[in-house]
Amino acid sequence: MASPTGPKVSGRPGRAGRLRSSRGLGPQALGARRLPTALWAVPPVLALSLVFLYPLFLVVKQSLTPDGSDGVSFAPYQDVFASAAFRDALWTTVWLAVGATVGCLVLGFVLALVIAFVPFPGGKAVARFIDVFLSFPSFLITLALLFIYGTVGMANGLWTDVTGAHSGPFQFLTTPWGVLLAEITYFTPFVMRPLLAAFSQLDTAQLEVASSLGARPGRIVRRVVLPEALPALAAGGSLVLVMCLNEFGIVLFTGAKGVTTLPMLVYSKAILESDYPAACVVAVVNIAISVGLYGLYRVVSRRVGA
Amino acid sequence: MTGIRFDGVSVAYGGNTVLDSLDLTVEPGEVMALLGPSGSGKTTALRAVAGFVRPASGRVFIGGRDVTALPPHRRGIGMVVQQYALFPHMRVADNVAFGLKAQKLVAKGEIAGRVAEALEMTGMAAYARRYPRELSGGQQQRVAIARALAIRPGVLLLDEPLSALDAQLRSGMLTELARLHRELPDVSILYVTHDQVEALTLADRIAVMDRARLRDCGTPQELYRRPRTEFTASFVGNANLLPVRVEPGYVSFGGTALAVATESVAVGASATLCVRPHLVGLGDGPNALRGRISEVQWRGSTHRLYVEVDGHAVKADVRELRETPALGDEVTLHFASEDAVLLSAGVGDG
Repeated sequence: MASPTGPKVSGRPGRAGRLRSSRGLGPQALGARRLPTALWAVPPVLALSLVFLYPLFLVVKQSLTPDGSDGVSFAPYQDVFASAAFRDALWTTVWLAVGATVGCLVLGFVLALVIAFVPFPGGKAVARFIDVFLSFPSFLITLALLFIYGTVGMANGLWTDVTGAHSGPFQFLTTPWGVLLAEITYFTPFVMRPLLAAFSQLDTAQLEVASSLGARPGRIVRRVVLPEALPALAAGGSLVLVMCLNEFGIVLFTGAKGVTTLPMLVYSKAILESDYPAACVVAVVNIAISVGLYGLYRVVSRRVGA
Repeated sequence: MTGIRFDGVSVAYGGNTVLDSLDLTVEPGEVMALLGPSGSGKTTALRAVAGFVRPASGRVFIGGRDVTALPPHRRGIGMVVQQYALFPHMRVADNVAFGLKAQKLVAKGEIAGRVAEALEMTGMAAYARRYPRELSGGQQQRVAIARALAIRPGVLLLDEPLSALDAQLRSGMLTELARLHRELPDVSILYVTHDQVEALTLADRIAVMDRARLRDCGTPQELYRRPRTEFTASFVGNANLLPVRVEPGYVSFGGTALAVATESVAVGASATLCVRPHLVGLGDGPNALRGRISEVQWRGSTHRLYVEVDGHAVKADVRELRETPALGDEVTLHFASEDAVLLSAGVGDG
């Protein structure tokens, strides 16, 4: 016999209860989920805050409070912006990044076209190697270039052996052009990967029909392939641009004299000169450029449908 | 007027012959259907005309000119493929103008007029500003045809152009294609299909292909009424193929003597007798075959009867019956002597 003071049992569950029940969640699970739903966000937010947002906040704070006081000062920004070293570093960073991106786009597009559309023995192996290449550290490529084009590298060695000259003609690796070559070499696969994926989706019948309609290969590439590849080019190009802006290892490993990029300037200000406020200002500028470019990439990606 | 000629064309991929010594001529202004099952070599033959495959041997001629070594963009052909292959980033008008611009066939000022004319012809004038993704399958196919016709090709290659459409749209497009050919009588059309209805409806002649070889070629009526091979008889339309032995003036099917023309096969030889199911009647008559009903299918205006005669199922398509026979009933079928074709065993089927 049921107790008149016992717990009231509802005849029908509410809508939420019905929905949850229909997905196999009983009342106990319902009770367990009611409280911690919002709490699930806490661990990742805490972790993110601890390892990224808080240090970032400290960098920004340091750039605005040079003497450790509570007052905000833009003096470090004025000093850094007024210095020729910063302007040179900014210019070097931007032209190297833009140059490397353009180089990667052109080279990556041509190589991806060949791998995707020109059948040759080992083509698939080359495509797979592109994936492996992406996992290489940037200094490895720079080291390889040093072996080939370095002052005492293979190319100069061959030249001096053949001609008897005192030194070889390949002395560009320690100039900005050496950094540019290294960045193009290292980052081109980052453009090729999305391009190869896009080309694999392209209906080859389009190319054949275009050809039957009288289009030569160059026109087919310009009018049929390139428009289809634009989203992949935009994605790969944006990625390379941001990575080049922040590249440190390649510049360091080439040992290029007089090539100071923003990351190198941060390093020299913080580690060599112990000028932390100035280092933080440069770092903030670098972050702002990267985030701005990422925002631009998102906008462009949405427009071209990447 | 431009025709096509295959002169002993063979194509092989890595030692595997996919087209074997094809000799075939498409007369100027003719619609030639290449009909055959998958892997029969029909699409390879079309691609050899387009220039997408290089023959291992033999020559391809378009309008009397040897184009075997010519790249596709210099052959002056129009082509429509199964999945349309419209350029998705171009509007309909730009798709249709593509060939005109690529070949610089007309002055820039005339391109719009030629595009409008091609779209008008295919009933797509109202869709010029749309993108392909905004069109139905049938509309996309019309645009693909307009794009091919805009360059006014002497030769039009159609590779299974209707196979991606549903049955109703396909029927409508067949009528449209027939109309287009009436309006453009100078265009030679090579039409690849595995659908006998499309081939019978559209083609002036049909080339039947199987296992990389040409098996038969003739007008639809010839191939349907007087097939030369068992393969043609079974692939073009439906057929009863009865194993018979040739006797003087008649053939013997099991224990039954059938009066048919036997001149084409030597006396004493084994042969195959081909009779179309709709030419087989129910009841007594000449060339009577007695057997038992093994299956009855109602097909609207007709009944298809399967009758077991001497261990062979003979099909008969008869007008809808008021009283359908039951399974196991004994019935008599008959056919007229002139409706049967005697095929030598193995001719053209090797």
